[in-house]
Amino acid sequence: MIATLLGQAWHAMGANKMRTFLTMLGMVIGVAAVVLMTAIGQGAQLAVADSISSMGANLFIVLSGSTTSSGVRAGGGNAPTLTVADADAIAELPGVAAVAPLHPGSGQVVYGSNNWNTSIYGITPAYLEVRSWSLAEGVPISDSDVRSATRVCLLGRTVVQNLFGNEDPVGKTLRIRSSPFVVIGVLAAKGQSLDGRDQDDTILVPLTTAQRQLFGVSFQGSVRLINVQAESPEAMDGVERDMTALLRQRHRIRENQDNDFFIRNLTAVADSAAETTRVMSLLLGAIASVSLLVGGIGIMNIMLVSVTERTREIGIRMAIGAREQDILLQFLLEAIIISVVGCCIGLALGVGGALLANILTKTAVVISGSSVLVAFGVAAAVGIFFGFYPARKAARLDPIEALRYQ
Amino acid sequence: MPSSVIAVRGLKKSYSTPAGDFPALKGVDLDIDAGEFVAIMGPSGSGKSTFMNLLGCLDRPSAGEYILDGRPVSAMDKDDLARVRGRLIGFVFQGFNLLPRFSLEDNVALPLVYANVERETRRARAREMLDKVGLGRYAASMPNRISGGQQQRVAIARALVNRPRLILADEPTGNLDTQTSEEILALFETLHREGITIVLVTHEPDIAAHAQRLVRFRDGLIVHDGGHVPEDHAEPAR
Ligand SMILES: Nc1ncnc2c1ncn2[C@@H]1O[C@H](COP(=O)(O)OP(=O)(O)OP(=O)(O)O)[C@@H](O)[C@H]1O
Ligand SMILES: [Mg+2]
Repeated sequence: MIATLLGQAWHAMGANKMRTFLTMLGMVIGVAAVVLMTAIGQGAQLAVADSISSMGANLFIVLSGSTTSSGVRAGGGNAPTLTVADADAIAELPGVAAVAPLHPGSGQVVYGSNNWNTSIYGITPAYLEVRSWSLAEGVPISDSDVRSATRVCLLGRTVVQNLFGNEDPVGKTLRIRSSPFVVIGVLAAKGQSLDGRDQDDTILVPLTTAQRQLFGVSFQGSVRLINVQAESPEAMDGVERDMTALLRQRHRIRENQDNDFFIRNLTAVADSAAETTRVMSLLLGAIASVSLLVGGIGIMNIMLVSVTERTREIGIRMAIGAREQDILLQFLLEAIIISVVGCCIGLALGVGGALLANILTKTAVVISGSSVLVAFGVAAAVGIFFGFYPARKAARLDPIEALRYQ
Repeated sequence: MPSSVIAVRGLKKSYSTPAGDFPALKGVDLDIDAGEFVAIMGPSGSGKSTFMNLLGCLDRPSAGEYILDGRPVSAMDKDDLARVRGRLIGFVFQGFNLLPRFSLEDNVALPLVYANVERETRRARAREMLDKVGLGRYAASMPNRISGGQQQRVAIARALVNRPRLILADEPTGNLDTQTSEEILALFETLHREGITIVLVTHEPDIAAHAQRLVRFRDGLIVHDGGHVPEDHAEPAR
């Protein structure tokens, strides 16, 4: 019975190919949009999750703050208010897992005939741990490197590519701001940061080397910023409070004075970035769903026209023994076939479009089985939902009225 | 005494029109026994089609009782009515009412689809019926490829395919020429000889002459019910 009805539905759709095609097109576009938008949205979420995990967990950045000179406040990180001693003091606080003072700068780097401008970070051994950054080859910067301010460096992937090409850089000597440095290791690739910077375009040198030989500091041991890692997400609030109190006390800041440092909770920043992309991908999905809805309304519209056009046929079928449910099933099947076939084509187009976007624009896309399944289920549901009213209208026709219809 | 296939008592049907209710049938009593061949005549608008639609369970009466094959139709629900239309009654229309996009064989087999008959059996029965009406070799043709008389024969094959006890035909030859009408009538006579009950509406006395019983309608009432057709009461041609 179902097989026969399926055949008849196919037959009826074939009788008006153009109309069937156009109705289906609404469904195709709707499903393709949902699949594509979900793929892009989930891709964006994945990209953000990746850069969050590349950042390191439970992280604060303490920036040396603004000084106020004759009423003009300079921006964060400009005044040399933080020191290595501050970092050591923070390390003693409860709930703090690791502390990595950092002195950033930038400069021209030369190897052979190649040169490259990149950011140069003076670090302590704790830095790699805090950022959960590993080495692709070579050895890390050691405590003794920091103590004796040796001229050694670790190179990020991008720097290696630009200066050395395919050559193995470990053991080679390059010049940073004209001073010779020995490359002792290469950092593993880390990709983009949340704000879109290339984290692999970096050279790491011992903190003391950066302070004394590369950039020069206004007083002994001053650093621009300190990375602080808390032991757990729950410990973060306490650590932030304790750090503020500690630094205010160490810097002798009076009750009514502003801090001369900034504390940024990177995990909170990351959370809000993740939330933003989540909302964005939801929004994309919602907009795409509207087109699916419009496709469904298109099906309903055409099915209503079809029922009116075929009123006489319905009357004839009833006169030779069709029950209400037979007629209902016949029209419902047509609507479901249109939406399911449209859904399959839309799935193919959506997946194809997502892959194409990935190849052409390097946009991250995620095509999950669940989103495909959901699209399929929604399409079938749309077919049933929007097909039901016209089908019921057909089934409820009075046989004699339907037969009289011209 | 042979059992009544159709027993009608005080049957009334009113149509609601913008001008108020219009009584098309004003109280009809009629018994038709199994195996009878009954012709119904009467002027245009006298209620013949209204009556046939009620007999065919396509419409419901406003009042009165209709007992079909021993069962009161008023007690049947919609599904019962559909089953009766599909299995007990074969309806033949003036306008043939074949489905245009289906082959003759599929048209004839359609009642069997709704009777849940297997595909193979459906094919075989449809072929058998098409052979019976002399159109076996056109089984795969489309309705618009054959003549009106042939279409009506297909419609009769469709009405017969589920082996009904009763054939109701409302002006089956109304759209056909005399020659073709005679062929259709010969078909009905064959069915009659096979024991099927036939009720046939016509305007033409020579068609009605094939029946053994004539029922005459006027203004929604039966005005004559007799064994043979009196020539002087013949209808003027429409
Ligand atoms: N659906 C309807 N609504 C309103 N009035 C109707 C309807 N169907 C029939 N009538 C009226 O009922 C009366 C009987 O109609 P019916 O079709 O039964 O006549 P008939 O005897 O079959 O006529 P004909 O020989 O022309 O086919 C007519 O006056 C007709 O106008
Ligand atoms: Mg009539």
